[in-house]
Amino acid sequence: MALLTVSHLNTRFDTPEGEVKAVNDVSFTIAEGETIGVVGESGSGKSQVFLTIMGLLAANGRATGSARFRGVELLGLRTDELNRIRGSRLAMIFQDSMTSLNPYLRISRQMTEVLVTHRGLSETEARAQGIALLERVRIPDAARRFDMYPHEFSGGMRQRVMIAMALLCQPDLLIADEPTTALDVTIQAQILELMRELKRSSNTAIIMITHALGVVAGLCDRVLVMYGGRIVEEAPVRQIFYEPQHPYTHGLLRSTPRLDEADASELRTIPGQPPNLQRLPPGCAFNERCAWRFERCRVEEPAFREIGHGQRKACHLEHLEVPS
Amino acid sequence: MSAAEPLLEVRDLKVHFSGKTRGGLMGKLTLLRAVDGISFRVRPGETLGVVGESGCGKSTLGRAVLQLIPVTAGEVVWLGRPIQHLDAREMRPLRRDMQIVFQDPLAALDPRMTVGEIIGEPLDTFLPSIPKAEGKARVQEMMAKVGLSPHMLNRYPHEFSGGQCQRIGIARSMILNPKLIVCDEPVSALDVSIQAQIVNLLMRLQRELGISLILISHDLSVVRHICHRILVLYLGRMMEIASRDELYASPRHPYTQALISAVPIPDPDLEAKKPRIMLGGDVHSPFDPPSGCLFRTRCPKATALCAEVVPPEDRLSETHRVACHHWRE
Repeated sequence: MALLTVSHLNTRFDTPEGEVKAVNDVSFTIAEGETIGVVGESGSGKSQVFLTIMGLLAANGRATGSARFRGVELLGLRTDELNRIRGSRLAMIFQDSMTSLNPYLRISRQMTEVLVTHRGLSETEARAQGIALLERVRIPDAARRFDMYPHEFSGGMRQRVMIAMALLCQPDLLIADEPTTALDVTIQAQILELMRELKRSSNTAIIMITHALGVVAGLCDRVLVMYGGRIVEEAPVRQIFYEPQHPYTHGLLRSTPRLDEADASELRTIPGQPPNLQRLPPGCAFNERCAWRFERCRVEEPAFREIGHGQRKACHLEHLEVPS
Repeated sequence: MSAAEPLLEVRDLKVHFSGKTRGGLMGKLTLLRAVDGISFRVRPGETLGVVGESGCGKSTLGRAVLQLIPVTAGEVVWLGRPIQHLDAREMRPLRRDMQIVFQDPLAALDPRMTVGEIIGEPLDTFLPSIPKAEGKARVQEMMAKVGLSPHMLNRYPHEFSGGQCQRIGIARSMILNPKLIVCDEPVSALDVSIQAQIVNLLMRLQRELGISLILISHDLSVVRHICHRILVLYLGRMMEIASRDELYASPRHPYTQALISAVPIPDPDLEAKKPRIMLGGDVHSPFDPPSGCLFRTRCPKATALCAEVVPPEDRLSETHRVACHHWRE
């Protein structure tokens, strides 16, 4: 059985300017121990999918569809029941570690609370486990640092603390929303190494939400690419990078400057801008920017369909032919 | 002016700030050496990349070059003339030749001015005598050059996306046809597909107009794409400076090597087999820098010598300098 099965998820926000269609008919599954990358630009819906699943939607948001975690429907679940799952079986870490930690409480208090609440550990046992986890995420001098406040840690170390906290109850699924975006590149490398190690040494499934294709290349087994609130392509990691079948995935790969390329020619760009989620164009949300568009793309929204080798895409093109 | 003559020469530039360490009343005054002894040249039509992590002094360096913050010591030589001691009035005529583009495109634009007014403001300031109609024509020409529809002249910044706001900022910086533009993280706030558009725009304008750029960025992939030469900073000091090909093909400083190896490559097979140099720990506090080489606390090659002696800048080639005791190893 899949660990998480999301089907036909829709998330809408009511705003004074009208309804925002943040997530549109999103379906996917995640197996135990799998590492998935979710890639998209701002407004693609990549974070909103998971905030919806975690029951963390803003007050003006509402969701329809289904998200079953180990068979339990998460949408519409009572808060107390949801709390039993969140933070224990299902954990999430965010980009900004400073706003995710309570600045008034020592790290020790914030870490042991979870263990005492969810696992019924004694204070002493919880402390020992908390310190052990800080050591596991390579916080030097963990025993001494355990009683410090969040502001006494650097940004990279706070993100490690966040990861340690998320791992406290050995979750089945860890959702990481841009965990390295605010960090310097050498610190990002440390955090990514930590995630790879976590992947090797535990059976925790990981969802890595990011705008950076490079981050998923070295970490994930499978990738979902989102655009305009929809999944437009899903495939095993090598296929996404070497045989993308959606023009948007292809465009994203082409427009990313690569460190290993000395070429100083113009980057291939995707013209135009991401769609306005209040006024999605008819047909395919990407059609106005797509070099392959044809008449059908302007009128009919492409279905998300199977195209073989574990690959799926939402595009009318039978096969993406790339002129070399 | 011959092509070899530098547009800008920076000699042993220092920008120090005095700050107070943590601890309320007990905190003591300390010196923050944001930029500490940096030297480089920028030739006409050249793009110099300045890279480093947060707190390395790259933005401070950019602002000091433009005399937007006071220089503590050293020289900034603009077209053969030292400018570091000029006051605001004396700087003013030089300013039309040196412009800046900021990271946050929306925050850099006055929300109450129309796009036409924003882009045209430098014209009003420096060339008040040109007729209104000609000014408007120049603004519209510039808008077309940066990829904005000239009919959007009367719109306000909030009506534009981040990428378009960055185009407005670039148009404004270029309207006077300056000789140098400092671009401080010009694409960091933008989405990947928009980043590429702005990167291309900068490269094209630079090629067509022969402007020199100082591109401040933490993104080594973007820097490799745009820059002719690259300066690597760490805690305010130069670690290495080299031409693009020298720096990326044979980085000599352990910090440069680690920086390059830390950049994720969007290619699963390459990612799986590339060597990784993991740096331990975090950047040292700039208020309490280590003795000797500033990088030694994280350096895999550090020895006792590194703690005692500040490494001198070794010259490897006409364009390549490195400050490390152990770069030969």
